[in-house]
Amino acid sequence: MYGLAMVKGLLVTLKNLTRKPFTIQYPEERAEQHPRFRGEEFVWYEERCTGCASCAKYCPLGIIKIVTSPSETALPQGDKYRLEVFDIELQRCMFCGLCVEACPYDALFMGSGFEQGQYSRQDMVITIDQLRQAEKHPSTWFRPQLEGYAGEPGESRRQPAATEGESRLTYNPRGGPPLGWREVGRESWRWHRREKAGMRLETGPTAPQQTPATGAGGETAGEVPGKDDTIDDMTAGKP
Amino acid sequence: MNCQLAPDNILYGNGLYRLLYDAAGTLLPCWLAYLAAGLVIIFILVNGVLLGAAVITWTERRLLGRFQNRVGPNRWGPFGLLQPIADLFKLLTKEDLTPAGADRIVFALVPIAMVAPLILMTAVIPFAQNTALASLNVGVLYLLAISSVTTIAIFMAGWSSNNRYAMFGAARAVAVLISYEVPVVLSLLGVVMVAGSMSLGQVVEAQALPFLLVQPLAFFVFLAGMSAELNRTPFDVAEAESEIIAGYHTEYSGIKFALIQAAEFGGVVVVSAIVATLFLGGWSGPLSEYLGWLWFLLKTGVVVFLFIWIRATYPRLRIDQIMAFSWKFLLPLSLINLLAVSLEVFFLRGETGQLTATDLGIMTGINLVLAVAAIAFFGNLIRRRVKFETRRPAQNVVPGVSTIEVS
Ligand code: SF4
Ligand code: SF4
Repeated sequence: MYGLAMVKGLLVTLKNLTRKPFTIQYPEERAEQHPRFRGEEFVWYEERCTGCASCAKYCPLGIIKIVTSPSETALPQGDKYRLEVFDIELQRCMFCGLCVEACPYDALFMGSGFEQGQYSRQDMVITIDQLRQAEKHPSTWFRPQLEGYAGEPGESRRQPAATEGESRLTYNPRGGPPLGWREVGRESWRWHRREKAGMRLETGPTAPQQTPATGAGGETAGEVPGKDDTIDDMTAGKP
Repeated sequence: MNCQLAPDNILYGNGLYRLLYDAAGTLLPCWLAYLAAGLVIIFILVNGVLLGAAVITWTERRLLGRFQNRVGPNRWGPFGLLQPIADLFKLLTKEDLTPAGADRIVFALVPIAMVAPLILMTAVIPFAQNTALASLNVGVLYLLAISSVTTIAIFMAGWSSNNRYAMFGAARAVAVLISYEVPVVLSLLGVVMVAGSMSLGQVVEAQALPFLLVQPLAFFVFLAGMSAELNRTPFDVAEAESEIIAGYHTEYSGIKFALIQAAEFGGVVVVSAIVATLFLGGWSGPLSEYLGWLWFLLKTGVVVFLFIWIRATYPRLRIDQIMAFSWKFLLPLSLINLLAVSLEVFFLRGETGQLTATDLGIMTGINLVLAVAAIAFFGNLIRRRVKFETRRPAQNVVPGVSTIEVS
């Protein structure tokens, strides 16, 4: 019958009136953020960064500016370049994540924030000091080792989650405390430093190595040869 | 001083006015008391309408939000109740622009010309027993006449803005308003006939059964017509945002826009009050006779909710659909209602020319059936029939090659 459809329409809206609104009231509530969200404020670990400037080269927009100088200690000894400038012009960044993909040492991560609004373009440039001081909540973008990590820093991130889908979602960038440089790498720090010290030329992991007396990151010696490639080793060097 | 208000004065019917007049009369000369009491009542009415408009903005936005599974404005004050005040201050601080080439005087007069009819309409509405400011014996006629003044204000706005979208909006508004005036007037004729009077107070007293039940067709026609006169969805072509910016008030800003907006929402209050008076029994209700204002407010609230509900549900009609709805659907319905009611009144009324509650009951029975039948019949008449044709050519376009249909 004509007119019945109009009454039906009224009933539809009336039914919606009784439903709970699904608005997320942003400043008080937040939507669930995917761990792989490519956010603002890059997470950068100075301890891991060698100053290779791969990130700057791979950025399609050329907005990463890196100035390095040779460190005081000898380079062949494994000490890295000293970074003087590490500017990211965030106002032009398109969050493609190529810089993160390019970093061979897991030193650069996408951030997880989205609230970096500023009143001038100059303020949008992230300087090295800001990168140093920022709370480090890295995103899992291109860093699968972070996935499935839900707990305290130092906990193993390779803990197998119950299902494949879950393993990605248990990690919440903003949920836990900020992560230190030791927790986030794919490889152990020792491997990293050994390679820098020229160990690549050696034949195998069991070969004797000469460790520099003082590491750049302040880590003391005490590696166990042959065991340094494992993940469990990562927490062994914690102060 | 001993002032006496003559019983044939049109203000005599207002109990509050007499009270104020007597109180003022003890201190002031009579003519001054007459004036002072009138000013107090006018103050109450004007602020009542504006406050009502503020409340309606809040209610409408909150309710629309909930209808659409949103929350609505809830940031300022408890439940966002102070939102209208925030809106007001925002609009007050905005620049008051007049477009180049506008007719300045007419342009500036429009907000006044829009608010004034609303406040004039409140003069005859009985908020409770003996509370209409002026118990006019031609109240219904007065309402119809005053509500048409808004048309002129809208056309003034469109014409003086020097903006083609404003002109479009105004032209549409005038077309819609003139078309809907006819069925609205005809539907009210039935009400007047049953009540036997044009005075709103007596219409209320005649409603032993609410006229919503006695004349469902008239209620339907009146509600649809009033929706159109208020420029509300589904009849809001006059200010269709997605088509012509904001229609006739495109060029208005600042306090003028605030007044136009207030007139629009105040219109909802006043029209709801009129519907409650004419069709829902106004202030009459159970319990104490001093609770009339409460019943009146409740009934007005129900009608306001109905308006918002309709707005939340239906999409905007095209202008030709609106015209068809008025002339091919509402007009026949109101004529049928008029015919039925006049016949019923003719046969049912007693020696005194009055209808009893039993008569009204009989009319309810007949008219409800008639309403359903008439709506179904005329609805089928104006329904658009879609013809389905096969689009595939009968024979192959290229001889020897079969046509592949790509849809
Ligand atoms: S995310 Fe893309 S655009 Fe932004 S700094 Fe990295 S490489 Fe450049
Ligand atoms: S690619 Fe990585 S290690 Fe190289 S400079 Fe950039 S952040 Fe540092």
